[in-house]
Amino acid sequence: MNKSIIFYIIGWILNIEAALMIFPAICALIYGEKSGFAFLITIAACLLIGLPLSLRKPKSRIFFAKEGYITVALCWMSLSIMGALPFFISGQIPNYIDALFEIISGFTTTGSSILTDVEAMDYGMLLWRSLTHWIGGMGVLVFLLAIIPMSGGESIHFMRAESPGPSVEKLVPRIRATALLLYKIYLGMTLLQIVLLLIGGMPLFDALTITFGTAGTGGFAIKNTGIADYTRYQQTVITIFMFLFGINFNVYYLLLLRKFKDAFKSEELKWYVSIVAASIFLISLNTGGPKGFFAAIHPAAFQVSSIITTTGFATVDFNYWPTFSKVILVILMFIGACAGSTGGGMKVSRIVILIKTVRHEVSSLMHKRSVRVLKIDGKKIENETIRSIHVFFVAYILIFAASLLIVSLDNQDFTTSFTAVAATLNNIGPGLETVGPMGNFSAFSNLTKTVLMFDMLAGRLEIFPMLALINLVKSKIMSHKITLTR
Amino acid sequence: MKIIIVGCGKVGSTLAEQLDKEGHDIVVVDKKSAALKKVTDSLDVMGVIGSGTSHRTLLEAGIETADLLISVTGSDELNLLCCLIARKTSRCHTIARVRNPQYNEEIEFIKEGLGLSMTINPELETAVEIERLIRLPSAIKVETFAKGKVELLKLHIPEHSVLDGMKISELSDTLRCKVLVCVVERGNNVYIPSGGFELSSNDLISIIASPQNAIDFVHKSRILVNDIKNIMIVGGSTIAEYLALRLADSNINLKIIEQNLERCEELSELLPDAIIINANAADRDVLIEEGIEDIDAFASLTNLDEENIILSLYAKKHSKAKIFTKITRLTYEDIISEMPLGIIINPKFITTDSILQHVRAMQNCGGSGIEALYRIVSNKVEALEFYAGKNAKLLGIPLEALSLKPNTLVCCINRNGEITIPTGKDYILEGDTVIIVTTNKGLYDLNDILL
Repeated sequence: MNKSIIFYIIGWILNIEAALMIFPAICALIYGEKSGFAFLITIAACLLIGLPLSLRKPKSRIFFAKEGYITVALCWMSLSIMGALPFFISGQIPNYIDALFEIISGFTTTGSSILTDVEAMDYGMLLWRSLTHWIGGMGVLVFLLAIIPMSGGESIHFMRAESPGPSVEKLVPRIRATALLLYKIYLGMTLLQIVLLLIGGMPLFDALTITFGTAGTGGFAIKNTGIADYTRYQQTVITIFMFLFGINFNVYYLLLLRKFKDAFKSEELKWYVSIVAASIFLISLNTGGPKGFFAAIHPAAFQVSSIITTTGFATVDFNYWPTFSKVILVILMFIGACAGSTGGGMKVSRIVILIKTVRHEVSSLMHKRSVRVLKIDGKKIENETIRSIHVFFVAYILIFAASLLIVSLDNQDFTTSFTAVAATLNNIGPGLETVGPMGNFSAFSNLTKTVLMFDMLAGRLEIFPMLALINLVKSKIMSHKITLTR
Repeated sequence: MKIIIVGCGKVGSTLAEQLDKEGHDIVVVDKKSAALKKVTDSLDVMGVIGSGTSHRTLLEAGIETADLLISVTGSDELNLLCCLIARKTSRCHTIARVRNPQYNEEIEFIKEGLGLSMTINPELETAVEIERLIRLPSAIKVETFAKGKVELLKLHIPEHSVLDGMKISELSDTLRCKVLVCVVERGNNVYIPSGGFELSSNDLISIIASPQNAIDFVHKSRILVNDIKNIMIVGGSTIAEYLALRLADSNINLKIIEQNLERCEELSELLPDAIIINANAADRDVLIEEGIEDIDAFASLTNLDEENIILSLYAKKHSKAKIFTKITRLTYEDIISEMPLGIIINPKFITTDSILQHVRAMQNCGGSGIEALYRIVSNKVEALEFYAGKNAKLLGIPLEALSLKPNTLVCCINRNGEITIPTGKDYILEGDTVIIVTTNKGLYDLNDILL
């Protein structure tokens, strides 16, 4: 294993984090908040560790998928550990575990909060919280790949390990160009939303934080009431952009190239749009009844695009919705957004492929000798992809079950426990009952919070990097034991 | 440049690797996802799964904006069709690998008809390479620069040679011929020698000279080995056929040993002057009977690498012949290079090198890029030919006033076809091509040789 390259990358990631923290520090300065010093201390700490690591040239630049997974997992953990420091040092979140929960929730674009009163936080802290959504949405390593030139094609392993979706493809031949392109599209859409919100009369600070939350499909709001207090126009803008950020960025690239036909050919996109439309229709009907149908469309649309893209904003407390609507929302939590977007969940394309394999299996039961090639977008799905999706699905369920078992030790009601795990593993944010849109995660024990933190990381990195890391640690311990007994 | 490579076998992936290093944007196209994955996992290139002859696949690979398409799949027809479709879709240049001898006879017509920039025939290229070495038997390796006006020869200094103990600076005066010794290999060490460097026997030296001077040098320094009169070729492959045809006009006696009777008859029809033996060369009596002890050159060109290695080792033991061994899969290069196999011939490397040269020449319509590149000592020393464009920073400055990178030697300046082996007073002008020998890696522009 190429350890030197892993530390080199981690060093760079910490430097980037230090650079990013300048923004909330400036914000704190503008508002004259004392807590701004916490950022300066953390910046110093990040650079103290990051600079020596990044200045030492790695011995070898050759690495493989294994290093890719491990690096990604370690990077996200070190980002979170350092990122939680400002909350803790400033005393705004006195418990370090809570601070860590909050920042992991930020970076993984989950949006679950342990804060009972968000409005009590300083502006600098709120901006940092939301900024982590924006960075976490597209990915820190992708960001790194965009700014530092990495020789060789191996860096594709970083991108594969970090980017969501069953198969990660480049948009253009060079990795760096691909990463830059992704961030350009991302930045462009973010700026557009900020401008549209400002036109709608939203204060600048709100527009920034809400847009970061939308773009990364995160979901940290800066008001105790969530998004409910904003105007209808502003809510509509947010609805549309949540939906847009849940679409595969390939589509936008094709649109930029003016290949409209190719852009809208995507099977995943069609499914995504259909699922969203059908859910809005059913929920509107269910919550509004035949008479109030049209009035119910607006909140239903907001909630559906918020949940399926795994953003987690709320305009209404859907705890009070009828069970049928709540169940639809829970199903949407698991489906998640499109591959190659900033959203979480299992991803529409995985679900589509899973459904196709089931259909295929049934038909081969009926016709023993039938041969059928599974296709998506008119292209054959490689067996390897299918296998990895199956394994992903199983691992997903196992992690879900194990987490639920541990969380249930807190003796909350079943819905709370179930949706708390679902909301964190799928990077959504709010669940139902106690952890519902108007509630928070503060009631849980430290053990539960730790499990949920793991779930958030596993969900954002699509499980395998975290499992690879556990596997590595395990084998290290085993070999250590063996040397001890000798 | 944006380059599409169709087919990622050995040639395709080696091309992708080298062109990626030289800073081009590469898209590789292959039907097999496994082959593609191997390339895209290790190189910064984009992969597209699909057939190169499919218009849609080519569009997906971005043929509309590509500058060049290189088709190197295993099938000639596929390569030609792929290039044709690419030509009809966009204004890109096309290169196709075409190996069928029948197409080869009409290659000029095909090239013009299909608008190809270049076709490459691996077997023919290989035969040309072997022929060059047979005609200049003292050289271990011959490469050409400046469209054949300059040659780079690798020679072995025999025991008791006049060169033994001679200083490089005395060389041209003593022998009265203009050559430049640019690399000396002694044991495992490689030197780029200065004037005071003393040669000794058993050194491998690489010299740069015009072809006439090179022959003069070989004669005057008495490195000259007897001319090759008798050649034995094992394996009646296409390479053997091309080689025999190219040597037909000279006074060389050719003996080809081939197992397959039908193929023997074919060869005999094509090559009335050659002796065609129908036998299994693995049978050692056959080789003895056919006089392996008296031949001057031995080439093992069968389709099996292992058999070629064994045959060459056997020939080395029983004769003083110059030996050529064809090895297609060079996975264990380090072991193979230690065996006494004479000159290793790898058709795939030869193909790749020819295509690379073409691509480099194509690129240099303004910049100061590479015209030709040869590896003198594998992965240690390279000889590069650069075109001096407008942007070169060293124009008009005498070489002695330049601060070059260490271990970098300006070996030759070609000004409108006039070849100069430069001294410190010489300088480079715009439009010259310059040959540089260096141990530094990653020189892609003439300006890169400066500190």
